[in-house]
Amino acid sequence: MLTVKNLKVNYGAIAALKGISFHVPKGSIVTLIGANGAGKTTTLQTISGLNKVVEGNIHFGEKDISNMSPHKIVALGISQSPEGRLIFPGLSVRENLMMGAYLRREKKEILEDLDYCFSIFPRLKERLKQAGGTLSGGEQQMLAISRALMARPHLLLLDEPSLGIAPLLLQLIFEKITEINRDIGVTMLLVEQNAHMALKVASYCYVLETGAITLEGPASELASNEDVQKAYLGM
Amino acid sequence: MEEFLQQLINGLSLGAIYALIALGYTMIYGVLRFINFAHGDVFMIGTYIGFFILTSSFGQALGPGFGTAVIVFLAAMLGCGLLGVTIEFLAYRPLRTRPKLTVLITAIGVSFFLEYTGQLSFVFGADPRTFPTVVEKTMVVQSGSLVIDSYQIIIFVVAIVLMLGLRMLIMKTRIGTALRASSMNLNAASLMGINTNAVISFTFFVGSALAGAGAILYAMSYPKINPLMGILPGLKAFIAAVLGGIGNISGAAVGGFIIGSAETMTAGYISPTLRDAIVFAILIFILIVKPSGLFGQGGTEKV
Repeated sequence: MLTVKNLKVNYGAIAALKGISFHVPKGSIVTLIGANGAGKTTTLQTISGLNKVVEGNIHFGEKDISNMSPHKIVALGISQSPEGRLIFPGLSVRENLMMGAYLRREKKEILEDLDYCFSIFPRLKERLKQAGGTLSGGEQQMLAISRALMARPHLLLLDEPSLGIAPLLLQLIFEKITEINRDIGVTMLLVEQNAHMALKVASYCYVLETGAITLEGPASELASNEDVQKAYLGM
Repeated sequence: MEEFLQQLINGLSLGAIYALIALGYTMIYGVLRFINFAHGDVFMIGTYIGFFILTSSFGQALGPGFGTAVIVFLAAMLGCGLLGVTIEFLAYRPLRTRPKLTVLITAIGVSFFLEYTGQLSFVFGADPRTFPTVVEKTMVVQSGSLVIDSYQIIIFVVAIVLMLGLRMLIMKTRIGTALRASSMNLNAASLMGINTNAVISFTFFVGSALAGAGAILYAMSYPKINPLMGILPGLKAFIAAVLGGIGNISGAAVGGFIIGSAETMTAGYISPTLRDAIVFAILIFILIVKPSGLFGQGGTEKV
């Protein structure tokens, strides 16, 4: 579904991605793990069109989406729950969710999807009229994921859903990620520092180190790989 | 009491004009986080658009009247709106990813460009021109020393209608929702599928069109126009936006009315020569006491 080939991205004079290649098959959850500054967020932002591709390309299905405008990429069916969640603080929870469906016009289906989000995260329904900025970190994460789902995407990009979340909620969020993938079959690319959780939910994993992919394999295999255990799982 | 009421009415009608200009500053700041210092000069161009229509053979044939006023307002709004979009497209958009200071200095450059190109003899010329009558001025209220003329009513009504229209546009329409989301976080908005470049153009159009309407209202009351005339009203409107809390739309409107009233009160009760000084004193005061403005949220921004 998503194929990235030899992707290079610069921040000013600094090479943030030094030619990475990976593949996300339809219906799967693929994860990209790595330390802070490895280039994980850069990768997702570039797929969403927020960074300029210097070299290489990104194919979504048959289509080359490198350097396309962000709003056109959303229209093709790629939505993102961004790093830091980027909830619209002054909009209510409901308005935030409806922003996710900005490009859609079918009222009935939008309301169905809204109900689906509430079934996954009932907490959001309780907070419907509250301003997005007043939610807790975990609730904001639920909102960010739901907002991205409201675009009814074919590919969902998740940037560090574990960031700044209470341990109790962490388990719940990752359970829900699996549940969403199973329920509606949406393909997911998950970027995580929390390798432990990421390897649990994903089927395939790439390890990113300072802008390059150093290791890849089925998640279960990497979970038992000694290097990965030492560097990312703290064993 | 009558004296106070008179100054208040004068102040509110002057303030309504500042408010219209201030809205443009604050809307553009809201989305792009920079001060469009050329905004006052867009306002100046608006008065010249009105001037050229009124002095053309077409305008002369029409003569003063309601229809003429409508045409002049729409033309100035459209002209300024398009000018704003063009300035953003040519001067600011190529610098979008550069540091904010670069764009800010560019805005000052655009401002000088408009002011000094305008002074060329084959453009507007440096000499002041007299803005023709758009509609006849009549006295509406005249009791004792209290005088309210039709211009003050027109200014007030036009400004209020435009502000309510803007509010509807921002709160009730799809593009308005996109604008609100973009001013909270431009990247997040684009991840929702919002065409942020289109939203930015739209913001410049609306903000500049409001300055165009303000320009006609201003030129009706102060009919001497020249290419440098946008500087002072522009600065005062900017101060109004800062006073209300830059980025806050209702704040800009309230700020405009406060600045206008402060100016006429000072002129009436203290000394007419202090009318400009008081506005800048307010700026200094607000920056010391509450830099985020009356309705602004905290947070620091390097300008």
